[in-house]
Amino acid sequence: MTITRRNFLATAAAGGTAAAAACATLAPSGAQARESHQVPENAVGLLYDATLCIGCKACMSACKEANSLPLEDNIGEKLWDTPLELSGKTYNVIKIYQSGTMENKDKAENGFAHIKRSCLHCADPSCVSACPVSAMQKRPTDGVVTYNKDACIGCRYCVAACPFGVPQFQYDTPTPQIAKCQLCKHRMEQGKYAACAESCPTGATIFGSYKALSEEIERRRAMKPGEPNLFPRRTPDSGDTHEKAAPEYVDYVYGQKDAGGTQVRYLSGVAFDKLALPMGLPERSYAADSETLQHTLYGGMILPVVALAGLVTAAWKGSKDHHDDDDFDMFDHPEGGHK
Amino acid sequence: MVNHPIPSQVARNLRKGKAGPTAIGGSLVSPFTIVLAVLVGIALFFMAQRFIYGLGAVTNINNGYPWGIWVVWDVVIATGFACGGYAMALVCYILNKGEYHHLVRPALTASLFGYSLGGLSVLIDLGRYWNFWHILWPGYAQPGSVMFEVAACISCYILVLWIEFSPAFLEHFGFKDLKAKLNKVMFFFIGLGVLLPTMHQSSLGSLLVVFGYQIHPLWQTPLLPLLFLLTAVCMGFAIVIVEATWASVGFKRDIAGELPMLSKIGKIIMGILVAYLVIRLGDLVVRGAIFKVFTSGVKSVMFLIEMAVFVYPVVVLSSPANRKKLSKLLAAAMSMLTGAVLYRIDAFLVAYDTGPGWHYFPSVPEMMVTIGVIAIEVLAYIVFVRKFPILPGHSTPAAAE
Repeated sequence: MTITRRNFLATAAAGGTAAAAACATLAPSGAQARESHQVPENAVGLLYDATLCIGCKACMSACKEANSLPLEDNIGEKLWDTPLELSGKTYNVIKIYQSGTMENKDKAENGFAHIKRSCLHCADPSCVSACPVSAMQKRPTDGVVTYNKDACIGCRYCVAACPFGVPQFQYDTPTPQIAKCQLCKHRMEQGKYAACAESCPTGATIFGSYKALSEEIERRRAMKPGEPNLFPRRTPDSGDTHEKAAPEYVDYVYGQKDAGGTQVRYLSGVAFDKLALPMGLPERSYAADSETLQHTLYGGMILPVVALAGLVTAAWKGSKDHHDDDDFDMFDHPEGGHK
Repeated sequence: MVNHPIPSQVARNLRKGKAGPTAIGGSLVSPFTIVLAVLVGIALFFMAQRFIYGLGAVTNINNGYPWGIWVVWDVVIATGFACGGYAMALVCYILNKGEYHHLVRPALTASLFGYSLGGLSVLIDLGRYWNFWHILWPGYAQPGSVMFEVAACISCYILVLWIEFSPAFLEHFGFKDLKAKLNKVMFFFIGLGVLLPTMHQSSLGSLLVVFGYQIHPLWQTPLLPLLFLLTAVCMGFAIVIVEATWASVGFKRDIAGELPMLSKIGKIIMGILVAYLVIRLGDLVVRGAIFKVFTSGVKSVMFLIEMAVFVYPVVVLSSPANRKKLSKLLAAAMSMLTGAVLYRIDAFLVAYDTGPGWHYFPSVPEMMVTIGVIAIEVLAYIVFVRKFPILPGHSTPAAAE
């Protein structure tokens, strides 16, 4: 067909729209960038100090009981609950790092160390950002990341998105749910707190406000290794303490800034990458990256509406042209088909 | 039954060298369609198992690889294959190249099935499928989620595709007035039908942004949406070449009339692929990930294969002589499609690493379900082109008597 000024303009309009959209993709403007969400004012969380953990797994059994979870037998003895990792039946698991002769607790060389695996309750959770149906939500009050099975469609985007591999899907049932620690939100309603912290005999896991736990973390990091110190059980202010020589901590608080920060934080005597936790995560949350991109492209639906206007105009011009020079409509072929 | 062109149509063919779509008729039962039906049956058997016992009974997906081929192939890749209608609408109606007109309807047909079945495949894969409507329901829907945007656009596009396609039905059932009314407003749906795939084909790439470090740096980039969009449009054009070839071989039709158009499409594919390769490699250089090209084991190998099958069509299509040969066009198109498929498999599965100990390879039942979905698509396509006016009505020897 010949290029007339009219259809050239229509083409140019459509092309310009496409170019504008491409530019917006390529250059997310700083003004629209959403920053990582911060930990809420009244946030609660856990502190897990690996140097206090004796691997007794009392927290695992308390978690199963508190959340009415089934036992999981991975060694075929059918005697004990033996989960090896988080799963559709397990919200909380204690794992162990082993090296050489394993004679030194909390040492990387010829030593061993425990690590607790459960939801870290991110300040800006990937799972919440990923969930298309608001089944994963972060409570604005205490920052607990909750899951609502009645909203969930089982798409498993949260399972894939979590940088810590926490949410677990149930593959062995026709009515599956996402399995994930919710910091015993049902027990909080009764004035209690997380079962794992309540049942921990050494105070390796303690439950408290984010602020109180921050103070406790600072206190422990200031201790001189080897000198006797008091360590609280269950909560920072429970008054129930035991005395122990201060450990030698690695100079890192896991969860302080990782992937935007988490409300569950870890102290350890062994480097965290040896405990199979992802190291080198950015301080900016992945949710902020993803939502900034989405907002740049779809903020206020401005770009799509502009693009639609351009495309519809071009299609309208096109339809008129076809009509003018071809005497057929979009799909109109008077002689086509058959009766 | 063979459609004999009526004299006015023959006259118009002589005058314009093209013809309107016609149903090609013929029997629906053949050895090929019987095989397809058997494959559908096998898929239904495994689907029943999945709904009775859960996803684990049929698939190999796990909590390290929660998305398997039912997501990556049936949705991400299948909707890419179904971009033919999108690509053709873009050149024919938006860029106003009327000569592509009669390639639109066959392409649209493939898009219709590809997307409709992609949408249905999602229901098989969703763990709590009975809640699927939440994704578009105010109060549940979460607009910040990339998945929400993908779902909303795919749902709307399926609807738009059926509206765009309805003239073929209306023509067949003789609703002339309704068809005329619809054609008056069709330009709006055509515009929408180009916008929606643009949005969600790019969003299929954006899905991976939130995975962060879990996607290898050779694939993880803020440009994912652009790269997915370019390859999707390219898939659309490539599939038009492949479909035209298959239709001509399968239904023993003469393709000479379509070849000049297919040559031009080849040129478009080359242009988009060059843009894609420049952006892809430029991005790797800017981010400094280019140094990982040879040092990442299996991921490096997959990356290099992916690049090779993207470069091959550019080399082939750069020669005008090659663009006039159907065999070369087809080879380039198939190579391009292989590249786009690999790119999606790599980005979603090969480049995805959630930590040590997790592996995923689809189980046989899982693959049989995917094959069954493809069989449904091919079967539906055959039924449609035999019964409805889809393919351009070329003069055949039988009709010329």
